[in-house]
Amino acid sequence: MPSDTVIASAAAAPPGPVRAFWNAFSENRGAVIGLFAVLLICVVAALAPLLAPHDPLEQVKGATKLPPFWVEGADPRFWLGTDAVGRDMLSRLMFGARISLFIGLSVMVVSMVVGVALGLAAAWYGGLIDVLIIRIMDLIMAIPSLVLAILIIAMIGPSLSNTIIAVTIVYLPRYVRLVRASALAELSKDYVTAAKVAGVGPFRLMTVTVLPNCLAPLIVQAALGVSDAILEAAGLGFLGLGAQPPTPEWGAMLADTRDLMLSHPWVMALPGLCILLTVMAINLMGDGLRDALDPRLRKS
Amino acid sequence: MIWFLLRRLALTVPTFIMLMFVTFMMIRLVPGDPIEVRRGERGITPERLEQLRHEMGLDQPIWKQFLDYVWGLLHGDFGTSIVSKTPILHEFLTLFPATLELTFCAMLFAGLIGVPAGVLAAVKRGSVYDQTLMGVALTGYSMPIFWWGLILILVMSNTLGLTPVSGRVDLIKFYYQPVTGFALIDSVLSGQKGAFGDAVRHLILPSIVLGTVPLAVIARMTRSSMLEVLEEDYVRTARAKGLSVRRVIGLHALRNALIPVVTSIGLQVGTLLAGAVLTETIFSWPGVGKWLIESISRRDYPALQGGIMLIAACVIVVNLIVDLLYGLINPRIRHAK
Repeated sequence: MPSDTVIASAAAAPPGPVRAFWNAFSENRGAVIGLFAVLLICVVAALAPLLAPHDPLEQVKGATKLPPFWVEGADPRFWLGTDAVGRDMLSRLMFGARISLFIGLSVMVVSMVVGVALGLAAAWYGGLIDVLIIRIMDLIMAIPSLVLAILIIAMIGPSLSNTIIAVTIVYLPRYVRLVRASALAELSKDYVTAAKVAGVGPFRLMTVTVLPNCLAPLIVQAALGVSDAILEAAGLGFLGLGAQPPTPEWGAMLADTRDLMLSHPWVMALPGLCILLTVMAINLMGDGLRDALDPRLRKS
Repeated sequence: MIWFLLRRLALTVPTFIMLMFVTFMMIRLVPGDPIEVRRGERGITPERLEQLRHEMGLDQPIWKQFLDYVWGLLHGDFGTSIVSKTPILHEFLTLFPATLELTFCAMLFAGLIGVPAGVLAAVKRGSVYDQTLMGVALTGYSMPIFWWGLILILVMSNTLGLTPVSGRVDLIKFYYQPVTGFALIDSVLSGQKGAFGDAVRHLILPSIVLGTVPLAVIARMTRSSMLEVLEEDYVRTARAKGLSVRRVIGLHALRNALIPVVTSIGLQVGTLLAGAVLTETIFSWPGVGKWLIESISRRDYPALQGGIMLIAACVIVVNLIVDLLYGLINPRIRHAK
């Protein structure tokens, strides 16, 4: 019957993987809002030198501690006011987005690459190498994240790049354990055995055959890892152990302005608000990714 | 069960050995040899430097130094603070009750609000309550807690004048000897009128700040765990039997839904202690977190070394206990490979 075949072929054409993912992702309104907020922040960060009305480090004489536009006595040149030494808050916040995203992304990329390598190695070799890698990861996880980051900073000194190193080490175990667990689960499946029988070498087997099937949880972890890294780095900056002044890093900006808190609350409130909104946007997006990529959780 | 316990215990041994090795190496990697630093001191001769080096055991081969360090740790010798010249263990134990009290109150706050919020969100899934609660949870989960603390101080203490800004005790009005080290207990023992209320007021803001992230985590976990349990057959059976909604949710569902939640709370000790570093710094709370940060700025590396060793040991032990308890409740874990 011709009509039946038409229906069958229409139903049999499933949406492509990207399309299916987008359908599942866009079902979640919050996730889409999060995605657009993240994109907006990325654009601001990328174009900060063009968008910022002032140099973030320039100290304008006679324009210190100006309030933002909704408070009386604001200066139209400085929309969000100025800090204690007359630097434009809006420009500093825009450049701060750059630094925070840079930290978040570099931590994510480095810990993911190293984590995937170690995780796959642990899963493939097993035995002593597996035990060694897992023990070291256990040790890293036994020390509270911020305390470990502080310990590493104490050894290598406080700076922006050292913040990235410290936070990367702190977050490494998550990726290693995740990759190892999913790779172990995949290794026992038939298609891996088939690939082995077909004579695929171990490197190709792990990276081309096994890894793509472990990607879904890894992508989710990577998205949420960016927001965690931003928070951790801001915490270090606040303690004076991260990016050093006058770098416009959000956490360090907060620490800078603690004595102004009572008389000029916005100088303290604005950088924190930026951290909160950025992290929230990434988490919203990450939750959406998890729901869309992990079929087990899709229902709830 | 005994095998499960022994195996779990044995697994912590290599972790402890590596922990000792890392903290031992750490003090040798930080910039500035403790002896070289003193070279500039007035009236210090090369002979005296050699003597100091010998006293601190720094002229020994490195493996001997490591063994001495481990030997000391096994005998409760965690080193001596350069600044206060007191044993690290003593300093740690004096400050630890303050941190313990704070983390306990924070967890209490998080659990008492997080669990009911999660249950409500799950039961009224998709409703306005659910969406609002999960929105709030997301905010809490994304909160930079150091900023949150400052905002709360600004609003609650400076504008409304409801809570004190920092510390554990109002020293102008009250003074009591630390008997247990817990302000809540000591204030009652002191018998001074109003002292307990004062201790409680000092605890409110730090507990809220430290408890915010765990609160969000607990609410989200309780919700998803409840949703899973509500689908189970035994819940349907309980409903079909005609039991009241309250009984079904409170007794049949919640009890089972809470097992993973409680486990994850136990395993969050590390997160809490990390949060305590920031919280204690903001509120000048005299606990181990603030002490660690101050040790860095004072370059008191033995204190940092001993402190990290002790904190990590606490986390390892608590995680071990949680694991064992979980194995006790859930035989599937116990017999798993």
